[in-house]
Amino acid sequence: MKRQICLLILLVFIAVFGCSENSDKGEAKSKTGLAAVAKTYGDALVDGSIGDASNLIPILATDSSSHSVASWIYNGLLKYDKNLKLVGDLAENYSVSEDKKVITFNLKKGIKWHDGTPFTSEDVKFTYELIVDDKTPTAYDSDFRIVDHIETPDNYTVKVFYKQAYAPALASWTTSILPSHLLKGVEITKSPLQRKPVGTGPYKFLEWKPGNSITLVANEEYFEGRPNIERYVYRIIPDSATMFLELLNGTIDMMGLSPLQFAKQTDNPRFNDKFNKYKYLSNSYTYVGYNLKNPLFKDKRVRQALTYATPKDDIIEGVLFGLGQKATGPYKPTSPWYNPNVKKYEYNIEKAKSLLAEAGFKDTDNDGILEKDGLKLKFTIITNQGNSSRSMVAEILQNSWSKIGAKVDIRILEWATFINEYIDKRDFDAVILGWSIPLEPDLYDIWHSSKCEGKNLNFICYQNSEVDKLIEEGRVEFDFEKRKAIYDKIQEILAEEQPYTFLYVGESLIALNNRFENVEPAPAGLMHNFIKWYVKKENRKYIFTQ
Amino acid sequence: MLIYLIKRLIGMIPLIIGITFISFIVIHLAPGDPTQFLSSMNPKVSETARDKFVKMYNLDKPVHVQYLLWLKKFVKFDFGESFSQDRKKVIDKVLERLPVTLWLNIASLALVFIIALPLGVLSAYMKDSVFDKALTIFVFVGFAIPTFWLALLCMYYFGVILGILPISGLTSYNFAELTFFGKIADIVKHAFLPVALSVFGSLAGLSRFSRNSMLDVLNEDYILAARARGIPENKIIFKHALKNALLPVVTILGLSIPGLIGGSVIFESIFSIPGMGQLFYQSVMMRDYPVIMGILVIGAFLTLLGNLLADIMYAVVDPRIRYRKKS
Repeated sequence: MKRQICLLILLVFIAVFGCSENSDKGEAKSKTGLAAVAKTYGDALVDGSIGDASNLIPILATDSSSHSVASWIYNGLLKYDKNLKLVGDLAENYSVSEDKKVITFNLKKGIKWHDGTPFTSEDVKFTYELIVDDKTPTAYDSDFRIVDHIETPDNYTVKVFYKQAYAPALASWTTSILPSHLLKGVEITKSPLQRKPVGTGPYKFLEWKPGNSITLVANEEYFEGRPNIERYVYRIIPDSATMFLELLNGTIDMMGLSPLQFAKQTDNPRFNDKFNKYKYLSNSYTYVGYNLKNPLFKDKRVRQALTYATPKDDIIEGVLFGLGQKATGPYKPTSPWYNPNVKKYEYNIEKAKSLLAEAGFKDTDNDGILEKDGLKLKFTIITNQGNSSRSMVAEILQNSWSKIGAKVDIRILEWATFINEYIDKRDFDAVILGWSIPLEPDLYDIWHSSKCEGKNLNFICYQNSEVDKLIEEGRVEFDFEKRKAIYDKIQEILAEEQPYTFLYVGESLIALNNRFENVEPAPAGLMHNFIKWYVKKENRKYIFTQ
Repeated sequence: MLIYLIKRLIGMIPLIIGITFISFIVIHLAPGDPTQFLSSMNPKVSETARDKFVKMYNLDKPVHVQYLLWLKKFVKFDFGESFSQDRKKVIDKVLERLPVTLWLNIASLALVFIIALPLGVLSAYMKDSVFDKALTIFVFVGFAIPTFWLALLCMYYFGVILGILPISGLTSYNFAELTFFGKIADIVKHAFLPVALSVFGSLAGLSRFSRNSMLDVLNEDYILAARARGIPENKIIFKHALKNALLPVVTILGLSIPGLIGGSVIFESIFSIPGMGQLFYQSVMMRDYPVIMGILVIGAFLTLLGNLLADIMYAVVDPRIRYRKKS
């Protein structure tokens, strides 16, 4: 028996160590395989992602993985160009009628679905009808509910009639257009396209190994020209430390880095020989929100004082390793809607103290905490678990605000509890959270007073009739300059009133293998011209025989 | 024996129903529901969406009604569809993930037995020797070290520095193009670190267990008697002592059966293994009730089955139990 056991163990060892040779051969074989392809065409980009996609019919998915994969497969009528301006995608051009209630799209001709069927206005109409169908479990229907009807005078013209003028409507047409010939009359939740999508985009679906990888292959007939990179592989690696090792090992080509990785762990020749690092401002900001129903925060001088006592520079330096910029309002500094001329709050403890004194706060019982009418300046900051930068910010604020006589407690909560029991029930004093910054500048959902009740997103209950009026005006103004003037004004009011202490806009930090050429960072990020990237023949890593 | 078996199997039915009832209630006690992950904190998501999802999933009904609806399907062995956005059938989701977890667990369980049993026996035989003490330290180090930390170190050393083992995943990207032996080698290479580390982490339990069990037996009078009769030491250890010492191992085997389908979240995340641990964790975080229930029911069933098997095996290998039952 003993001998048998020994034998077994030995066998295992042989199996394990005898294998390294074999698999090297396998790799070599794939490298020297057939390569009779065009000069710039070939290779693959292996992208790393924390989470798997859930559903590749984009209107049915709300997770970012699904959307980032689907974005290569589908097109909208419109898209954002590299400078974040709305331009035609499937549409050649568009026009808005005099009364702003009708948008006419002229579609590009000769576009085909991945299965060869021509793309027509019928697909646009079908996509609209599908989104507003009550049986479709989509979360993105609100922008389409205000459409009265859609007319398709011919195969390449779409007229959208709105019940009322609505400027954000334009941006809603960046929605992926779905193939009517494959989805008509099919129950959408049962459609095989959820896992084997067919679109018009630069990449065609090839394979999805659940929890493992999704592989796309270049669409040779793409209307903007065939992408140079033959395949796009989306590898799912749930642990970011593992992903980083895979990156070092060269088994993935691209990943988003954490500020720590970007600043400290990638500054060595071993890394710099293989990778380029890129950074651009991300589409999100972090803030402290004050529950304005709480008597403590009713007076704007208190909020201003807290902002004055917020060391934004230290936070960016300490939490983000300097990889971010101060936020002053709901748009990021590189956004066309950003207003640089709003009131800024440089860190100033004295000013904060005097503002609090002005507001009537005094330390009468000498316990180090200010009070007014028996109400102590004492409150709890809550934030969600699993985001270490937010909890670090909370600690910095706790320390900094104690210097002006505020006593702050911190509570860190699991996401579901955080939202259900505290945010939705409006049961909090102050909260540290982040918002993503949509490219469409409308602020209605977060800042309009009508969104204060229920489970709506204006959970701090900010109510300002002037802001309400401006938001409403902004929603019906299509002209960029006029619209910008409106949002500039809103930013000034928000900066003055400080319902949030806007903290920072972080930077998106990307490491990309340096074999890719023609990479061009822009306000829209890194991937906006992905179909033009290529790899020189001698640098190619993956060669496919099919 | 057959009647006993049937009795036990029938007895499992109310037990399973009781387990599902309690599980269902407990899951629903946790704050939050599946809809909030589709809609909350996303301004682009419409207000009507949430109501639509609530109705679709019957979440507006009281918990006991929801349970009865679930039970109605369950008695037809239908676990329903996942609440997550992929809307796959629960059974498909589980089957998609089960083989990986099952094979990795079987491999490590087998290795643990192959390695830990001899080690335990040996250290019992050489009680208090240097070997015994060194081994004790070794297995407890394995037990105490956080696996994710050791895993990352090993991945860095073997993967990045030496470049002899892949870092994570189950197969290489070019797996489909490999030869048959290449494929086997590829799989073994990918499975090496996860299996080796999970074996290292679980050696302590079984080797301690078999050591103690062996020590008990070695102190029995019949071993002394065997020695007195001049039976060779080899024979005493392997024939007389080991056989008896290994009896309790059967119980452990039976109890390990449900563990075979439950993967470890940390482990699977570190090694990017799309297994049951990840599925269960994600389902809990998303409040994906049908999937959680599906996995719990399968786990409960296997636990009961494992117990039953252990009891039967016991009767098979140990005549004393069998005889007692008959009388």
